[in-house]
Amino acid sequence: MFQELRASIILVLGLTLLTGVAYPLLMTEAGQALFPYQANGSLVEENGSVIGSEIIAQSFTGDIYFHPRPSASAYDAANSGGSNLAPGSVKFINDVESRVEELRKPGSARLVPVDLVTSSGSGLDPDISEASARFQAPRIAEAREMSLQKVEKLIEEYTARKTLGVLGENRVNVLQINRALDRLSPETLPEMPAP
Amino acid sequence: MFAQVLAQLALLAIAVAAVALPLSFLLAAQFDKGNVPVAKGFWSSLFGPAFGTEQNWKSYLLSALVFNLTGAGLLFLILLFQDHLPFNPLHADGLSPAQAFNIAISFMTNTDWQAYTGDETLSLLSRMAGLGAQNFLSAATGIALAFAVVRGFVREKNPSLGNFYRDAGRAVIFILLPLSVVAALFLVHEGVPQTLAASVQASAIDGGIQTIVTGPVASQVAIKVIGSNGGGYFTANGAHPFENPTPLSNFVQMVLIFALPAAFLLAFGRMVKDRRQSRSLLAASVVMFAILFVPCAHYESKANPALSGLAIDQQVSEANPGGNMEGKETRFGILGSTLWATATTATSNGATNAALDSYMPLGGLIPLFNMLLGEVVFGGVGCGLIAILVYTVLTVFIAGLLAGRTPEYLGKKIEAREITLAVVAVLLHPLCVLIPSLASLAAMPPGGEPHSLTQTLYAYASASANNGSSFASFDANTVYQNIALGLVMLAGRFGYAAPVLAIAGSLSSKRAILPSGGTFPTHGTVFVILLIGVIFLLGGLTFLPAVALGPIAEHLSLYSR
Repeated sequence: MFQELRASIILVLGLTLLTGVAYPLLMTEAGQALFPYQANGSLVEENGSVIGSEIIAQSFTGDIYFHPRPSASAYDAANSGGSNLAPGSVKFINDVESRVEELRKPGSARLVPVDLVTSSGSGLDPDISEASARFQAPRIAEAREMSLQKVEKLIEEYTARKTLGVLGENRVNVLQINRALDRLSPETLPEMPAP
Repeated sequence: MFAQVLAQLALLAIAVAAVALPLSFLLAAQFDKGNVPVAKGFWSSLFGPAFGTEQNWKSYLLSALVFNLTGAGLLFLILLFQDHLPFNPLHADGLSPAQAFNIAISFMTNTDWQAYTGDETLSLLSRMAGLGAQNFLSAATGIALAFAVVRGFVREKNPSLGNFYRDAGRAVIFILLPLSVVAALFLVHEGVPQTLAASVQASAIDGGIQTIVTGPVASQVAIKVIGSNGGGYFTANGAHPFENPTPLSNFVQMVLIFALPAAFLLAFGRMVKDRRQSRSLLAASVVMFAILFVPCAHYESKANPALSGLAIDQQVSEANPGGNMEGKETRFGILGSTLWATATTATSNGATNAALDSYMPLGGLIPLFNMLLGEVVFGGVGCGLIAILVYTVLTVFIAGLLAGRTPEYLGKKIEAREITLAVVAVLLHPLCVLIPSLASLAAMPPGGEPHSLTQTLYAYASASANNGSSFASFDANTVYQNIALGLVMLAGRFGYAAPVLAIAGSLSSKRAILPSGGTFPTHGTVFVILLIGVIFLLGGLTFLPAVALGPIAEHLSLYSR
């Protein structure tokens, strides 16, 4: 038994140093050297300060912006997670119903794409589906006093297609397209009241 | 939709084959090296005499136990005292003993059940040297156990099964670590962070400050998928954009999840010098996987009837992911999520890229059913091969009874002792799931919904199968659940390893006999069909009453609205 303990302790400590200290630290060095942008969290900077991560959703509520999907964790990037509500639960159905009411104009015949009224698994989904982007286009065009075609063209440009035509979904990164909107019509910004 | 399903499966099969084939050579080579007696020298003078001796099944098991408990002890101490240890930039507090016990057992047994929420609960040291290192050691234990079991079939009149320490050490250094280095670099390229900065403050465009947790994520995610661990860096696991940023990273992680389990099935034929055996085990696994994936994808891509009265477009189209998108990420859609859920529960990985709690009742039944089967469909690293070999031994026995032939497998007679032990191994899982589930339901009666029954059943199935995925609204972080689930994980791991190693020890002591006309062939279509039948009947039927009261009842009430 003593021999077993001796071998175990030496091997556990040795392999822990190798896989739990040397490996992650070396990968950090390598990652930082080879792909520094991604290794630091794909952070987007503007005027020298970090405004978010390209691949982490943040809250957009103003009419001039595309809105991300609902988040069960209120876009808290230190507390990820989904609603974990069952598909038949009363709270889930009520949540979805109130989101639909908020998004649809009275009398409109347009259906809301399902991803725009359901919360994501992480609460930090950086994307909306192509359909959800198009659904929001008229609201943004109106708020920014832009032509609908211009917004639609932007959606076209910012839609990432399925990888190899098979993997994933056609989607639009909300942070990227909103920054593009701001670059396109920056004069709209100061006139908008804070949400 | 059907074409998309086929395309996904075909693409995955090709990529897994391309990675698993070279890996199977590597595995077979490491297996052979473990057969060479060690010379007394540097290693045995460093690690002591336990390192250099051939072990029979009992001392192999003892070494595995001592090694793993030492690792769990180290992790337990790190978690308990993380506030006094270095690499704690976010000043995480030390964990409670019950929670630290649960996490230590969970990561030591390759379960990687996460009884913690919040992405700032653990220090960087706890993640790297604690969870990260155990990810390697638990996977290496699985590899070593599989080597020992296969030696039972290969060796003749020789009760020894190799040396655990050598097998496990080799597995880390020559198999798991090199693979992880390559995978981690690829993941960083796709957008997974790898930094020692624990968080970043961002001033969001539309107002507010967002705290973004980062860290050495890629190195942990790499071994999480390669070693069938599944324990993520973040609470949201593989759904978090930092763990799984693109459809390609999702696909490559699935390939890596299958890589070693598939390579083990391929290497098995090489190890026992009969390649046909690999083909039949692989064929059975592929067929079972396809059978399981299709219904999961089907139910998730259909509209949720509870939302049918609302003005929502749930139709799958090129621009709209459609179906049940609650808890799923846009970049993966329905197929990328369901393929992942089927893959990670078939292989004992347990990583999640969507909230399983929010799956449709029958969509969520598939991951549950995979775990109830005992994860034989490819299964965990090493453990998957062991599980399907146990079922193979039982199938050979049943076929022998049906046809009146002598049960034998790979030249070894299967006798009463082996069958008794195989039955003990197979029965342990339902006992570890059903009795503790009942006890938990009795101790803390949940609401009357079928869904809460499913949650409890899922938690104990996940613990016993050493899977680690969960229906996340299950209240796991209580003293009762932390201890009970921890004990079930231990039983599921070592309660299973003991009878299986005993079978190997008993077989390795036997003389090999040449196949005769009375031998039931364990290759070919008939055997594959029989094996699938035995797995589904023995593994699945045990749980039919529980499943009927949980997901099936929930399905019926949801669709009768």
